[in-house]
Amino acid sequence: MTGLVLPSIHYLAILPVVILFVAALVLLVASALVRGALSRALTTGFTLAASLAAAAAAIWQWSYVADHGATTTIAHAIVLDGFAVVSSAVVALSLALATLVAHDWSRREHVAGAEYHVLSLAAAAGAILMCQANDLVVIFLGLEILSIGLYVLVAFDRQRAISAEAALKYFLLGGFASAIFIYGAALVYGATGSTNLTSLSYFLGSNTLLRPGLLFAGGGLLLVGFAFKVAVVPFHLWSPDVYHGAPTPVTGFMASIVKVGAFAAFLRVLVSALGTQMTTWRPILFVLIVASTLVGASLGLVQRNIKRMLAYSSINHAGFILLGLYAADARGSAATLFYLMTYAPIVVASFAVVTLVGGEGDEAHSIASYRGLARRQPWLGGALAVLLLSQLGAPLTTGFYAKFAVLAASVDAGGGALALIALLGAAIAASFYLRWVFALYADEGRGATRVPVPAATGLVIALGVVITVLFGLWPGPLASLAQHATVLFTP
Amino acid sequence: MRFPYLTVLVLLPAAGALALGLMVRASRLVVELVGLAVALATLGLAVAVAVLLHAGAGGYQFVSDHAWAQSLGISWFVGVDGISVFLVVLAGVLFPIALAGARARENARAFVAWMLLLEAACIGTFISLDLILFFLFFELTLVPAYFLISGWGFTRRAYAAVKFFVYTFLGSAFLLVGILVLAFLHQSQRGVLTFSLPALEHTHLTGSTGVLLFLAFTAAFAVKAPLFPFHTWSPDAYTEAPTGGSMVLSGVLAKLGTYGIIRFDLNLFPQAAKTLAPLLLTLAVIGILYGALVASAQSDLKRLVAYSSLAQMGFITLGVVAGSKIAMVGAVLLMFNHGVITAGFFLLIGFLERRRGTATIADLTGLQGPAPVLAALFTVVMLASIGLPGLSGFVSEYLILIGTFATHAWWGVAATFGVVLAALYLLWVYQRVFHGRATGENAQVVDATTSERWVMVPVVVLVVVLGVFPKPVLDRISPSVQQLISHVAPAGVSK
Repeated sequence: MTGLVLPSIHYLAILPVVILFVAALVLLVASALVRGALSRALTTGFTLAASLAAAAAAIWQWSYVADHGATTTIAHAIVLDGFAVVSSAVVALSLALATLVAHDWSRREHVAGAEYHVLSLAAAAGAILMCQANDLVVIFLGLEILSIGLYVLVAFDRQRAISAEAALKYFLLGGFASAIFIYGAALVYGATGSTNLTSLSYFLGSNTLLRPGLLFAGGGLLLVGFAFKVAVVPFHLWSPDVYHGAPTPVTGFMASIVKVGAFAAFLRVLVSALGTQMTTWRPILFVLIVASTLVGASLGLVQRNIKRMLAYSSINHAGFILLGLYAADARGSAATLFYLMTYAPIVVASFAVVTLVGGEGDEAHSIASYRGLARRQPWLGGALAVLLLSQLGAPLTTGFYAKFAVLAASVDAGGGALALIALLGAAIAASFYLRWVFALYADEGRGATRVPVPAATGLVIALGVVITVLFGLWPGPLASLAQHATVLFTP
Repeated sequence: MRFPYLTVLVLLPAAGALALGLMVRASRLVVELVGLAVALATLGLAVAVAVLLHAGAGGYQFVSDHAWAQSLGISWFVGVDGISVFLVVLAGVLFPIALAGARARENARAFVAWMLLLEAACIGTFISLDLILFFLFFELTLVPAYFLISGWGFTRRAYAAVKFFVYTFLGSAFLLVGILVLAFLHQSQRGVLTFSLPALEHTHLTGSTGVLLFLAFTAAFAVKAPLFPFHTWSPDAYTEAPTGGSMVLSGVLAKLGTYGIIRFDLNLFPQAAKTLAPLLLTLAVIGILYGALVASAQSDLKRLVAYSSLAQMGFITLGVVAGSKIAMVGAVLLMFNHGVITAGFFLLIGFLERRRGTATIADLTGLQGPAPVLAALFTVVMLASIGLPGLSGFVSEYLILIGTFATHAWWGVAATFGVVLAALYLLWVYQRVFHGRATGENAQVVDATTSERWVMVPVVVLVVVLGVFPKPVLDRISPSVQQLISHVAPAGVSK
């Protein structure tokens, strides 16, 4: 009679998750124990420190992985490899940037208390867990931690009905997606006898399923679950409303870390677990990519609200990121990671500008608010122009190489036609980015009031621009980091 | 180590643009002088490269090759030959003229900065021997061009700028996918991933793959040139752009397209180029005739030049794909000459527009009386464009036509009508604008000012000198064209 045997735990592997979780708990308990609200500087500083500590832990992990190779722990449910480390670091750094934006926003909107930071720390911990998950159940765990935090964050602005509406929508559809995902995991378990990604790939590699229907159904449901979370067409309907309704800093946070966490897990499921079934899922991905790039771009054209426009732009981006998954090889994985690394800071910084322009009440998001912004405030408007051009994929910004990398991967994998269609989507998208850029430099609106730029948010915007331009001129280091990270993929 | 001429040629205007971007408090005069100085220094360097270019050799010279983004497979691989060097010089010539002659009404700092960045991108495109580097510069030209049109253009600038951007972006999509397919094909054959042009020339292509890739590459170049029927963006862009923008758009940027056909289509896909030559020749001839006919029906001077440009780009394409050495030498020369001539046209129209506030032909009449010098300058440029012997346009068009007669006689015959039509619509418009009696506002028009005359001097000098004594230029173009033709020769006709 043996008792419950706990699997061995390699603590370094889960250090970033632990740091963020513990930080969330400490902040939660402290805010309950201290009389009155914790000071804003304290909570922001604490969250910032925790996110930077998580990023530092990722660097430590990186040196470990470089020395000892990739490894798994906790009964192979958690993986420590280059891909996981780099994507975790991206999540941690996005959290740091988003925290700075939220700091100035909470002061402007008179949001007091530590709850915002507790939730964002927890959500980021969930995203990192997804990056490291090597088991469908752990992915689900990460997904839920991430999502539940975000459901509340989306509703954080209680003054605005639209925020609550968005949260409810997000909650219902997100819960629905989670249910689909877990059902898919159950069916996959039924078909193969495991939820572990490595075991799945081993099982599928060494057995031929006579009746693959159960596996296909399960895999299909997993795909739908992921497609909901990363918002690709036709599972995107929630995203414009949620992007619009959520407080703008939350939108930026969500747009970056959800994409990183969900795509990292998505990639791992497709490449390492279901790699043998490539011929089955590739056609589905093909349709999703075509639909996302084209529909995302076309619907973006008619938006008059910048948050909705950026929502459709993110759908278009999701289509591009899927190109890397479509390739599902070393080049494709590296390209996906590279895309996520470059996309996250751009999108956080873009929403930082939107947060500032939104003004008190977070309402001024129409194209009219942006008319002449770059004439009144060359630095702020110019920064947004650079960020939009980077999203468009203009040369000398990271966006160009990100698109180039995923396109190269898909062409290498025989998806030349797909790459062409995606580029057509990019061309359509270009016209709506340019419309905003044109509005920025329009001659009108000279009399409008200046948008105040607080230090922390200004820093985030500057960092976003510097990253996109610096690595746009000199993409080598980031690209080779992504490549190295992928070489150290799961065992 | 030798002086890295070409790298400096790109970096100099780019650095100028960056410096201007940071000179927030500089006065308008300082900004324009700095811009002009940088552009002139670039011109000096470009001319130095052209002079130092070893005239007898056909291969790439001034080559430098450095790893840039190795994990992406991109390298800084640049070089020039007798074909590209004159396009570099063309950019070097036209940008200072545009900066000096077509100054921005407002916000000069940003205008000059965008112009210099555009110059850097254009020169970069002409010297790239790495396909991705080429693509990067090719795309980069869109950004400053977009800002120039949308920031300093005329009433319908927003529409024209977006149309221009999206059209060319769409064309480039095919180019990028084509480049990637070719590179991975090469990788599967040779085991190395490279985007270097000389390396990719050795890719083994089956007939249909070659044709498809040729079409993919040509789609981008045909839009950029523009070649009929991909030209619809160009009249809008040329008309709505500010004068300086129209000058470099039609003078330099358009050449990226025909240059791309020469450098990439012919080098990489000689077999397909031969197979598809009739198609391109036909489109070129349609462009020549259609451009000329539509030009004669225009009511706006700038749209007229835009369509006449379409016809001229048709001539260039004709020379490029005719498969004869003489025609190709003529085409390269015409790229240079047309650049100078069309920029001269837009500059003069800009002068008129500054005086009269309109470029509508019906509103202008009898300007020869109040503005004789302006009329004389217009005459010189116009006659060069028509192809009057003794002026630059004649030499190049003549070479193209006799070369084409040798290989594709009927297309040559059809194209010749284009020369006649050009004479018709240009002389007719000259008559309407400059002859007759000037009344009202037209009578008040001031003649060309001293500075305007000086700005036009290089245009007139180039038009005359290259019409009378094109030998030094031809000597440098010929060996490179000879080499290209012999590369295409097993597939094409060598005459």
